[in-house]
Amino acid sequence: MNIEAVAQELAELIKRTGADYIEAHLEESQSSHITYRGRILESIGRATSIGGNMRALVKGGWGFCSFNNFDRLSSGVEIAVQQAKSVGNGVSELAPAEQVVDAVFKKPSQNVVEIPLGKKKQMLDEYNEIIWRTPEIQTSTIGYTDGYKKAIFLSSLGSYIANEREDITLRLSAIAARDGDVQQVGLSLGSRGDFSLVRGLQKQVAQMSRHAVELLSAPQAKGGEYTVVLDPVLAGVFVHEAFGHLSESDFVYENDRVRQLMTLGKQFGSAQLNIVDAATIPDLRGSYKYDDEGMPATKTYLIREGKLVGRLHSRETAARMKEKPTGNARAVNYRYPPIVRMSNTYIEPGSVSFADIIGDIKEGIYARNWYGGMTSMEMFTFSAGEAYMIRHGKIAEAVRPVVLTGNVFATLKNIDAIGNDLAMNQGGGCGKAGQMPLPVSDGSPHIRIQRCLVGGK
Amino acid sequence: MEEILAQAKKVAEEAEVFAAASEETQVQFEANRLKHLQTKQQTSLALRIVRQGKIGYAITTELTDHQALVSNAVETSQFGMPARFQLPAASSYPQIEVFDGEVDSVPTDQMIKLGEELIAAITTHTPGIICEARVVRGVLSIQIMNSHGGQAQYRKSFFSLGIEGNLTEGTDMLFVGESASSCHPLLESKPVAEVVLQQLEFARNRASVPSKSLPIIFTPQGVASALLLPLVVAFNGKTVLEGASPIGNRLGQMVFDSKLWLRDDPTIAYQPNSRPCDDEGIASQRTPLIEGGKVTNFLYDLQTAALAHTRSTGNGSRGHGGLPAPAPSAFIIAPGDTAFTEMVQDMKEGLVIEMLMGAEQGNILGGDFSGNVLLGYKVENGKIVGRVKDTIVSGNVYQVLKQIIAMGREAKWVGGFLQTPHIYCPSLSVASKG
Repeated sequence: MNIEAVAQELAELIKRTGADYIEAHLEESQSSHITYRGRILESIGRATSIGGNMRALVKGGWGFCSFNNFDRLSSGVEIAVQQAKSVGNGVSELAPAEQVVDAVFKKPSQNVVEIPLGKKKQMLDEYNEIIWRTPEIQTSTIGYTDGYKKAIFLSSLGSYIANEREDITLRLSAIAARDGDVQQVGLSLGSRGDFSLVRGLQKQVAQMSRHAVELLSAPQAKGGEYTVVLDPVLAGVFVHEAFGHLSESDFVYENDRVRQLMTLGKQFGSAQLNIVDAATIPDLRGSYKYDDEGMPATKTYLIREGKLVGRLHSRETAARMKEKPTGNARAVNYRYPPIVRMSNTYIEPGSVSFADIIGDIKEGIYARNWYGGMTSMEMFTFSAGEAYMIRHGKIAEAVRPVVLTGNVFATLKNIDAIGNDLAMNQGGGCGKAGQMPLPVSDGSPHIRIQRCLVGGK
Repeated sequence: MEEILAQAKKVAEEAEVFAAASEETQVQFEANRLKHLQTKQQTSLALRIVRQGKIGYAITTELTDHQALVSNAVETSQFGMPARFQLPAASSYPQIEVFDGEVDSVPTDQMIKLGEELIAAITTHTPGIICEARVVRGVLSIQIMNSHGGQAQYRKSFFSLGIEGNLTEGTDMLFVGESASSCHPLLESKPVAEVVLQQLEFARNRASVPSKSLPIIFTPQGVASALLLPLVVAFNGKTVLEGASPIGNRLGQMVFDSKLWLRDDPTIAYQPNSRPCDDEGIASQRTPLIEGGKVTNFLYDLQTAALAHTRSTGNGSRGHGGLPAPAPSAFIIAPGDTAFTEMVQDMKEGLVIEMLMGAEQGNILGGDFSGNVLLGYKVENGKIVGRVKDTIVSGNVYQVLKQIIAMGREAKWVGGFLQTPHIYCPSLSVASKG
């Protein structure tokens, strides 16, 4: 099966449909994965996938049809248009788009999926050996995935964008146990197809394993309000979870009360706070040249000097809110329609050194690394992978990993120091509306939050 | 399928082909209005082989290129786990009804009407609330064939109906929601709407919470969001085999409160997670996991069972298209004898938890959880007085389920995967901003 040939055929079919707008996505992908549980290589496999979809807009209503059977292309187009017709009873609004004819190729290095499985396995074996060499380690888990995808986007505007991308993720965790007590520390990495970025992690893996064992004798932090300092990884998760999702306009555009809450110009934080989403940064996991509606990627300030100045848009949300499109409509694969998503989201660096950030904290918590995060827009919770007490301006004893939670609006205002050490985290995958994991990255310098609620005993 | 099997048998000792095909239609409402109509068609073919004693695996949605599928499986088999299991021979399967032809013939208009009814019921009750609703119907067919003569196939229908509401006032946001699913068409919106209306009633006022230990009632949704995941992991035969399950060496022992009964059950007619056999073609069975507080079984697929010197419990699941691994079909927690209203009346001061956000981010293996109350209510002197916010509830699943005051009288399905009553616990740690 050749998706270029299918694209040619489709380009004709979508020219005359009676829809206000129609687009199609075709996709061909390969992936490989290796997972370990304990010492055992649990699963190793290769997958190939081919499929596509059509999405039509009629009078403000959307029809969508996904398939991996290419025999009935024309009926697929008809179904999508018919569906859109039966939904639409208003006016279609889409931000204007240029016709784009372009091809975005991956770097001319070896396709990461085609690197022999034996070589990938050898690297993972070495990491696993390091974990197991650590005394009191009960077990380990390792998950490695890579993927290569070739996609074609077509639209009734005459756009034709061919696009290749690669993605790698690596997750390791070490699990220590003593007397029925179990503690776990993990490490998550990713890259845009550059295999060298997941190699040479021996030191980090050893450190992760030792920390899992140390946690067995670490006390649990007492629950309550603390001054909390987040490392770049966890602060990145915070900005993604706690603020990023709130900036996705599909949640805002038809909800008058949320629109009011998210009025541009409103003060959300101190004048040092700048938050950005930028798919235009080269070579990060959330980077792209065009989004899945064929819109060029942008760098969008969400918060500038503490004020709300922007949000993330699809063509539809931008038109409905009469704002500029930002090129943030993305789909995890051909089985889903594009929805408003983040790309690379980060807090811009300030000028404070780490020593100064913790210097005047009498008792606080230094939370590092992420374990997970969730948001309900207003409220967020995120879990640190590691945590330490801060006592009298110094990092003190390790405590068990903490869950931090709070109200987004209050917490953003409570950020009172922003470090000078921005770092981007590539280990995340974002989930929304059943579409996951979407490659994104997030980042931040060290930040300090006053009066942050910490779960515990 | 026969052709792939034949090709694979030329290069491998054993082979198994798993084919899944699904078609579904979705009606989606956004911001109280009909927004999206979707159809999704998906077919996939997975091949598992045993070659030179080792497992190889490949999957594809490209149905015509059989040779690539076989050669991918062969490549992976060089590194695969040694196969310890034997693929099942031809056998008979229990008669478990999971297909209702009516599902496929529910007209889209009727699905739209259901969504509209749901939204109307909720927006009439609480003006200003913004709802997203989803009505889904579909059919899935599964076919398994292996080189030992084993063969299984079944069709399953599914239908689901769900709604989520968001009410924003200033910076305050309230989230409510409910869903129902079945292999039958669900043509009544009322049962789902009523649950949401009840949540809105309970959440009408705000209540403050002190930071201290308090008794807690977990609603069925609350059980799913706070307590379920550590149990799913702990009863997984693989976790047990690795020695990472905290209950792995406690078979036959009292680990939980004697009021707790839990089983895995894929045999209930017309439940979306039921099926006549698992993804390896092993007949479905009910597996008691906790009987009166005693740990009685763990869940196994073929390979894990062989390594643990036991038998598959028919829990081989392919999850997201990977190799089969042990996974529950549906967890059923047995009801007790106490009505929810009696639990509330019994409480002097405490909380009712409907949704705990982030509880699944804790130390899952150890059973520790800590989550923000996304939807929960304060109880004072036997009455629900309002909704709580800015509150974290923390505990350990094993401690929480060791001492249960009462189990609810009615068990309710949550998301097709869990059926549970309310669970009333004496004391959990609560931290709150008030």
